[in-house]
Amino acid sequence: MLTALVFAPTAVALLLLALPSRIPVRALRAVWVATAAAELGLVVALWAGYRTGGGIQHELQARWIPNAGVSYHIGIDGLSLPLLALTCILFLACALYSLRENRRFREFAALFLFLQTTCLGLFVSLDLILFFVFFDLSIVAMFFIIAGWGHRDAKRAALKFFLYTFIGSLALLLGFIGLYLAAAPHTFDIVDLTRQNPLAGRSTYAALVLLAVVIGLAVKTPTVPFHTWLPPAHTEAPAAGSAILAGVLLKMGTYGFLRIAMPLLPDAWRRFAIVLVVVGVVSVLHGALVALAQTDFKRMVAYTSVNHMGYIILAVGAAAATADTSAQARSLAITGSVTQMVSHGLITGALFLLAGVLYERGRTYEMSAYGGLAATAPVFAALTGAAAFASLGLPGFSGFIAEFQIFTGSLGPRPLATALSVLGILLTAGLFLRALRQILMGPLRLPDAPGTPRAFPDVRAHEYAGILPLLVLAVILGVAPRFLLDVIEPASRTVLEQLAR
Amino acid sequence: MSEMNENPLDILPEVLLAASAVLGLLLGAWLPRRRQWLVGLLAAVAASAGIVATAVAAARPDVTAFGEAFTVDPVTSTSRIVVLAAVLLVLALFARPFHAHARESETYVLLQLSALGALVMAGAQDLLLLSAGYLLASIPAYTLAGFRKDGPGTEAALKYYVVGALLGVLMLAGITVLYAVGRATGYPSLGPTLSEAPEGLVAAGAVGLLAGVLFKAGAVPAHFWVPDAVQGSTAPVAAFLTTIPKIGALAALLRLGEAVLADSGMPWPEVVAVIAAASMALGNLAAFFQDDVKRLLAYSTISQVGYLLLPVAVTGRSDLAQPALLYYLAAYAVTNLGAFAVVCALPRATRLADYRGLARRAPLLAASLVICLLGLVGTPPTAVFVGKLEAFSAAIDGGYTWLAILAAINTVASLFYYLRWIGPAVSRGNGAALTDGDRSARGVAYAAALISVGLGLAAGPVLPALGSSLAT
Repeated sequence: MLTALVFAPTAVALLLLALPSRIPVRALRAVWVATAAAELGLVVALWAGYRTGGGIQHELQARWIPNAGVSYHIGIDGLSLPLLALTCILFLACALYSLRENRRFREFAALFLFLQTTCLGLFVSLDLILFFVFFDLSIVAMFFIIAGWGHRDAKRAALKFFLYTFIGSLALLLGFIGLYLAAAPHTFDIVDLTRQNPLAGRSTYAALVLLAVVIGLAVKTPTVPFHTWLPPAHTEAPAAGSAILAGVLLKMGTYGFLRIAMPLLPDAWRRFAIVLVVVGVVSVLHGALVALAQTDFKRMVAYTSVNHMGYIILAVGAAAATADTSAQARSLAITGSVTQMVSHGLITGALFLLAGVLYERGRTYEMSAYGGLAATAPVFAALTGAAAFASLGLPGFSGFIAEFQIFTGSLGPRPLATALSVLGILLTAGLFLRALRQILMGPLRLPDAPGTPRAFPDVRAHEYAGILPLLVLAVILGVAPRFLLDVIEPASRTVLEQLAR
Repeated sequence: MSEMNENPLDILPEVLLAASAVLGLLLGAWLPRRRQWLVGLLAAVAASAGIVATAVAAARPDVTAFGEAFTVDPVTSTSRIVVLAAVLLVLALFARPFHAHARESETYVLLQLSALGALVMAGAQDLLLLSAGYLLASIPAYTLAGFRKDGPGTEAALKYYVVGALLGVLMLAGITVLYAVGRATGYPSLGPTLSEAPEGLVAAGAVGLLAGVLFKAGAVPAHFWVPDAVQGSTAPVAAFLTTIPKIGALAALLRLGEAVLADSGMPWPEVVAVIAAASMALGNLAAFFQDDVKRLLAYSTISQVGYLLLPVAVTGRSDLAQPALLYYLAAYAVTNLGAFAVVCALPRATRLADYRGLARRAPLLAASLVICLLGLVGTPPTAVFVGKLEAFSAAIDGGYTWLAILAAINTVASLFYYLRWIGPAVSRGNGAALTDGDRSARGVAYAAALISVGLGLAAGPVLPALGSSLAT
């Protein structure tokens, strides 16, 4: 079942490429949307059949490269299931949003389907090498999406993205090899390694391995100081590409912290967690302050991602603080970080798609070029407003639930850091309100570069179909988050138990 | 293993190759020019039969031939299969450009003789046989490099020959010194005596010996010939020069390290590690701003030798070294040939910019190019990824973590110039040079890309076959 879920999109992608070229584009679009919808249906079925607190389910282990300790080992638990669901929702939203994409649609759809395989594969992997394979392939697929369908400076941005994240992935690989060699018998299996805890009591070795793993994941997340690849990649990527990049690919890093770094290197993690707390706070504040300084709407949203991912880093760092704080608080921090991953995926995905709407009409993201759009495009204004408020963490949206949990969970163990991070909320509130005022209020102003259409038509049906469900889900999670938290909470308790060894 | 074994069936693949070369020479003198492709066919049959014979022989226990000078063990068997399979691919690359050429049959003969030399180097367990293999692998290759008889071709052959002759003499001198201090040339008896011999003399002899082997491997500091020879010779010959001799040389290096030099006074792991680091770094840095595709691939092969030397450095210190090297050799051979096959398929496109629009014109060829180039980087799930994984693991396991980190950094650096090639290939635009493709070279490119991914996915059954220990 999981294997089908993971590889079906790639199979469809190959089918799309193999179809004769006289097939009308409309049929290709239908195939893509149908596949994405079927994938979402599969995940919903998985969720319905999921026993909360039942540990790893739908587990499958097959021999792959036994001599190198590598196996095809997959399964889902409370950490991966929400992210699988997020992945399928966002890919469906992107498929709907891209219904009017005209440039080489066949290759575009095939790349997205392949990218979906890599994302789903990563979240079900229970083997380090399998994880790494999907991690790397996601970079390759995203590289081609940015380079092939991006804006002006896409080639440079794509190259920077590839080189940067590839460095991270190789650091990760070295860390994985370190874990592999430490285990007896040598293995890359995450479940086995968790059980063995091979680096217990080997402090220098464990610190080096943790350093490699954390650098690899931090580049992907990205945290300060490894975030410099993100703004150009986001700004130059096509709207759907940015939405996936921010919504799903960034989660690979934070998911890796919970899936690999904490359970496999508990001693070292506890010892160096304070570093992560600091990095988290710096990311929160730096991301928010730099976002405040942007005049480009998409770049601003990109920097708020650095800020939002910073909360997650803060939470996973604070959760390692020992002894005197209650286990419940720390569990809350971890649950909050997973909720934040889902919430950030939904909201930022919507924001990037909205940025795409803006660009499609005005050919620029420059906020000063626009003004008074609320009058001509009320639906666009309403959606943008809702997404912005969701992103700044207004109660009633998923972001509030996530950040509330993170702050409550982290305040006990790390009061100063948490207090500083709360300032991040204030900053994001300020910058989003400023952006909304600039774009939506006041007299109507549209970019008048040569060749741009004067009118600003409101959101079209396919764009609406892509964006609205994301915001609706953000509201549902904000109002009734219980069904999500029920899945996450047992898993976060497990992570804490593994961390406490 | 001490009894004399003179059964020619043990070296059947080598015998087949030699026989087909001699037969091909005779046939070539007699066949009309339009029919000389039959010599190529004969060579392909011999190589295929050699692969079958190797597969059969690999199931039997290890043996030695020519007294103890030549051994048939997993290293030899793997090298045989890789070399012979590479010969098959190279023959397919030769078929079109050399068809009805005035010296068509000679090309095939020279190719087979050189491949035979590589096989002898891979299996040699005696310094004298190793030097014989070196000469046999080199001399036909000099001729092939200058086959075109034009300016760049002559320069290529001359440079290749001069460097090869010089380092070959150094190698013979080194062997002489080692023979003098070790009183033997066979590895089994040489190894123990060298550990008691004067360190200075051993080091001097080993340096001379390494000069020759590193020349064949195309590693720093004996790499000077690679860019010029590759750029000057025709693309199919370049594909051959950068693949087949390296296989023999690296297998020979592994054997030398394991049986002869690891326990001697010479600091073997350190020396090899430094050579590996220098090859990676120099190859990558020099490849950065190359605009000529053949030259870029030439520098890329120098850097690949650096990665290949990782397991050689830790031979004897990590059980992972041997399977890592052998697997990586196979992965490298097929991926490198695949990249060269794309170059062969588009004879007019010599610069990176000429590849603009390839994805539009020939999507499958572009896909093969992307797979092979990303494969050379080591992107999963291609074969080189598993090779690199094993090589890094072996290096860290053998205590050379810094070398593995350096290799990882170099991998990222290499990505830069491979992407400089992938970029134009997948971007829009139209390259006028992308016309009149070579159909059989295209086939080789597709096949190599498929094998590269297939070998990566099927690493499970392949790796154990390479794991058993060396025969000593």
